[in-house]
Amino acid sequence: MSLTRQDVEKIAQLARLSITEQEMPVYVTSLSSIVDFVDELSRAQTGDVEPMAHPLDGQSQRLRADVVSEGDNHEKYQSNAPAVQAGLYVVPRVID
Amino acid sequence: MLHTLSIDELRQRLDSRQISSVEITRHFLARIERLNPALNALITLTAEEALAAAAAADSRRAAGEKGPLLGIPLIHKDIFCTDGVRTSCGSRMLDNFIAPYDATIVARLKEAGTVMLAKANMDEFAMGSSNETSYYGPVKNPWDTTKVPGGSSGGSAAATAARLAPFATGTDTGGSIRQPAALTGVTGIKPTYGRVSRYGMVAFASSLDQAGVFARSAADAAIVLQAMAGFDPRDSTSVDAPVPDYSATLNAPLGGLKIGLLREFFDGLEARNSALIHDALKTYRRLGAETVEVSLPHLPLSVPTYYVVAPAECSSNLSRFDGVRFGYRCDSPKDLFDLYTRSRGEGFGAEVKRRIMTGTYVLSAGYFDAYYLKAQKVRRLITDDFRAAFARVDLLIGPTTPTPAFAIGAKINDPVTMYLNDIYTIGANLAGLPGVSLPCGFVDELPMGLQLIGPHFSEAKLLNAAHQLQQATDWHRRSPRGYE
Repeated sequence: MSLTRQDVEKIAQLARLSITEQEMPVYVTSLSSIVDFVDELSRAQTGDVEPMAHPLDGQSQRLRADVVSEGDNHEKYQSNAPAVQAGLYVVPRVID
Repeated sequence: MLHTLSIDELRQRLDSRQISSVEITRHFLARIERLNPALNALITLTAEEALAAAAAADSRRAAGEKGPLLGIPLIHKDIFCTDGVRTSCGSRMLDNFIAPYDATIVARLKEAGTVMLAKANMDEFAMGSSNETSYYGPVKNPWDTTKVPGGSSGGSAAATAARLAPFATGTDTGGSIRQPAALTGVTGIKPTYGRVSRYGMVAFASSLDQAGVFARSAADAAIVLQAMAGFDPRDSTSVDAPVPDYSATLNAPLGGLKIGLLREFFDGLEARNSALIHDALKTYRRLGAETVEVSLPHLPLSVPTYYVVAPAECSSNLSRFDGVRFGYRCDSPKDLFDLYTRSRGEGFGAEVKRRIMTGTYVLSAGYFDAYYLKAQKVRRLITDDFRAAFARVDLLIGPTTPTPAFAIGAKINDPVTMYLNDIYTIGANLAGLPGVSLPCGFVDELPMGLQLIGPHFSEAKLLNAAHQLQQATDWHRRSPRGYE
């Protein structure tokens, strides 16, 4: 079951990835071969086995008391931002 | 020569004041300057910080402090956040990212007095088995610089093999410590999932990632793992279980140890690879171990299972890279959609984009059940197979890689061929089990590794078994020509 160019365009859009015209055929081929490869799983007999999300069976999310534990490191953590104004991250206009 | 000494031998010389940490650090920095250009194993050198840390370690020692890692240099894989130092994950996306905090393992090793020399090169975002996907160029294998060192922790492996540092940290999601350790002739350990904190370790696949060590012996790896392991409240998947003294049991006799030969791993294994492992088994029997054949019938499904689960998790984890708060941002984005798609399209390399898209596909509406849910069911079957085997044996043995190091460029254009390099390592990640790769000989003058896998939290036994083999053989003492 190979992927079409349309499939790859839709996936790229969902994943928010720009793919150039040049790159597109390479991705169609390689993604198709990967999907064909993992299709082998469909032949496995899994019956009503429980899906396994992670290896730590029986461990549930740890909770802690709802108290403040971190300091204000606003400036330090924002120092890697591409564009900042008044402590806010600047992005292209979202709402017209 | 300082770079041929074990961690404990270095510590002894430091404690007896024969040498200082500053001198040891200078020695390794000089080696890096001379030898790294041919290997491209490192991304960021932190020479000044290293000398300052070494001087601080010397002061701590002068004040009476002792410790197995006090004043010992190391190299960190560039996936661990290091406060004030670039953390690139081998990607253009983070080429300009200066980490604002230390990963837990970085902080623990710092607290123990280690000296960070550099950040190691790696496959981009830990996705790869050859260290060819790095934005900073491929890493060369010191045993033959036309060959790959393996990946994704190729830089850490190559640096350890070339003796640019006594040890290096790495991460292993599908084999990224064990496979490069095998291809570069060093010892590499991936602990049990949850044994070592993932806080500050840039996430690839959250249910598979684990931090671990490259060293030139199991004895050295034991010292480092001791400092790294243990509960961390900042990692919600960290297990609150006591950490045994790994060094104390290295010399425990192996009498009665039951080692299982994984039939599915030996089927179709290349003869010379198989012969090396059988040689090691002869040594193990001589040391008192028994060997038994075991079968894990679902194990051949590990690679397709992994290549559904890992990309799915990576597509989710890498959605944080959006050009907004940190990392690469494209020029003149015309709207938010353009900002996202071009920052990510330009910031990520091809393999990363392939895996994000594979993950997006298998999680998308209409495909989730057939792929992701199905893969999670197969994951349980594989895990159950391991559990059944460990009811009969103490450890499992097999090859680490199907072949010795392959040529740079040989597999990079065929993703599925590249993925099959992980065929022996992936099972342990899916089941969350600890595994160690240790050198076991040579094929075509290139190093080969054998792999030991244990039940959850059996690192002490793995290191003990590895150490015993290393007392009886000297594969781990070999050095590539020019790096002795």
